[in-house]
Amino acid sequence: MAVATTTKTGARPSWAGRRPSAPPWVGTVPFFAYLAVFLLWPTGIVIVDAVKNPNGAWAFSNLSELGNPLVRGYFIGSFKLCLLSSLTGAVLGAILAYAVASGDPDGVIRRLYVAVSGVLAQTGGVTLAFAFLVTIGPVGLLFHASWYFDFPWGITLIYTYFQIPLMVLVFMPAIDGLKIQWREASENLGASSWQYWRHVGGPLLLPAFLGATLLLFANALSAFATIQAWENQIAYIVPQQISTAMSSEVGLSNVNVADLLALGMVVMVAIVMTGYALLLRRAARWLR
Amino acid sequence: MAAVTSVGEAPLAPSAKRPPGMQAGRRRRLNIFRYVVFTIFGLFFLLPLLAVARFSLEAPTKLGTWSVTAWRQIASYQGTGIPPLLSSIEITLELAVITCAVMLILLVPTMIWVQLRVQWLARTIEFLCLLPLTIPAIVLVVGLGEIYVKIQRISLSALMLFWVYVILALPYAYRALAAGLTAIDVTTLSEAARSLGASWFTVIVRVIAPNMRAAILNAVVLTTSLVLGEFTIAYLLLYTNLQVELYSISRNTPNASVLFSTTLAALVFTFLLLLIVSYAGRRRRGRG
Repeated sequence: MAVATTTKTGARPSWAGRRPSAPPWVGTVPFFAYLAVFLLWPTGIVIVDAVKNPNGAWAFSNLSELGNPLVRGYFIGSFKLCLLSSLTGAVLGAILAYAVASGDPDGVIRRLYVAVSGVLAQTGGVTLAFAFLVTIGPVGLLFHASWYFDFPWGITLIYTYFQIPLMVLVFMPAIDGLKIQWREASENLGASSWQYWRHVGGPLLLPAFLGATLLLFANALSAFATIQAWENQIAYIVPQQISTAMSSEVGLSNVNVADLLALGMVVMVAIVMTGYALLLRRAARWLR
Repeated sequence: MAAVTSVGEAPLAPSAKRPPGMQAGRRRRLNIFRYVVFTIFGLFFLLPLLAVARFSLEAPTKLGTWSVTAWRQIASYQGTGIPPLLSSIEITLELAVITCAVMLILLVPTMIWVQLRVQWLARTIEFLCLLPLTIPAIVLVVGLGEIYVKIQRISLSALMLFWVYVILALPYAYRALAAGLTAIDVTTLSEAARSLGASWFTVIVRVIAPNMRAAILNAVVLTTSLVLGEFTIAYLLLYTNLQVELYSISRNTPNASVLFSTTLAALVFTFLLLLIVSYAGRRRRGRG
């Protein structure tokens, strides 16, 4: 950024003396205006309506409805599904990432797996539920898993299909950051493979691993399309119940149910993402 | 939420070659482990796709037969009570184009401008662009209801979804563009252009933007794949895009083979797009 100082003095003469120009921040107004209308305003509506009655009066007591056993059930469902799918995805994804990263860095296998992971991490949506339905569902090509429609097992398996690739993408840089010299040093000192992972590699990767797990957790938390296509009759998790609440007015009276649930989700994601950011900073200390 | 690492950047090769640091025996064991892992994960990722392919090649009436009817039906399928499949494919592709265009017009000039003239806003812009990661689509849509009521007074077209799709695409597009922007010397380029008499418009559109072609392509592809897979917002605002259409077809006629041909076609399309970016990214690094 040493050049930055020359910009100010160097560029000025070319427009000095012309009509007085607006301050430079004016150029960012369209961007901020757009985000204000389509991101900040809707979020504000959610937060405000969560503590209002449907008739518009303030009612902060609505927040206590988050403790309602019915509402709590959806949050517990969400938590179960996210925890299971993020842990499974993280462990399996880390194994796959290690297998890929320990090969030739320019090899075909690595290029293929990274490219395919990029695609599969983006799958999800209703199409993923179709794919599993014809693989292990009632008409499954492979076999018919009797637990396919059991919550959370069937849907967890479907979620791992996009969680594993996401883990590969976010965890691979951490594995690449392990320096070969650390391995050599521990081998020269007579450490076994297990001792290396227990005392050197494992502790170094742990913050990155936990951070990635939290990212997977948040990823699963906001997913809605797949589970809706998997089972649309019963609501197990918060997004499904938001959907039900939006399309019908049944449920808790004099509470904006959808807004309240949405607020609960924002809080949950915010906690998870803060943890992610903190762990990422911790992980960056060694792995660069 | 998926694929936080932008795809073009992912396969960065680690600087240190891994193999030489390890003893031969350990290396052999590692290789066995790697190929076992590759086979198992390969099957896990491939089998659902193969099942979809098999079901897309099934004659609509008889099970266990082969036919390409389902692939022909993509152009002609018409479910009862829902728009024709082809029209929702068209809408989705148009949405992808509009969303990409608006995203680029909104983001590219703003990011370049901030880098050049209003650096004190850089952190704010980054925060706002990454904010949609913590506000899931299912939350955003709750607040958007009110805003879309106003939009629907002007136009009822499903194309109006682009307003919020730009917001959903922001985090991915921002990361891709930011990577491209840091890779070039924006200050020097703009000083050179300005001292030759170029206007700020020329600097941004004709000098800097062409220098970040790969990043722009990356942002466009990530945005496109997001729009092609979007379900939550369209479904809850009662619009019909490709994913909602597939969902409705599956509710009417479970296992309609056209579902699987369309699913596979969409997946292959996204895969090709992402492969193009992966290739473009490699070429850029090859030059550097």
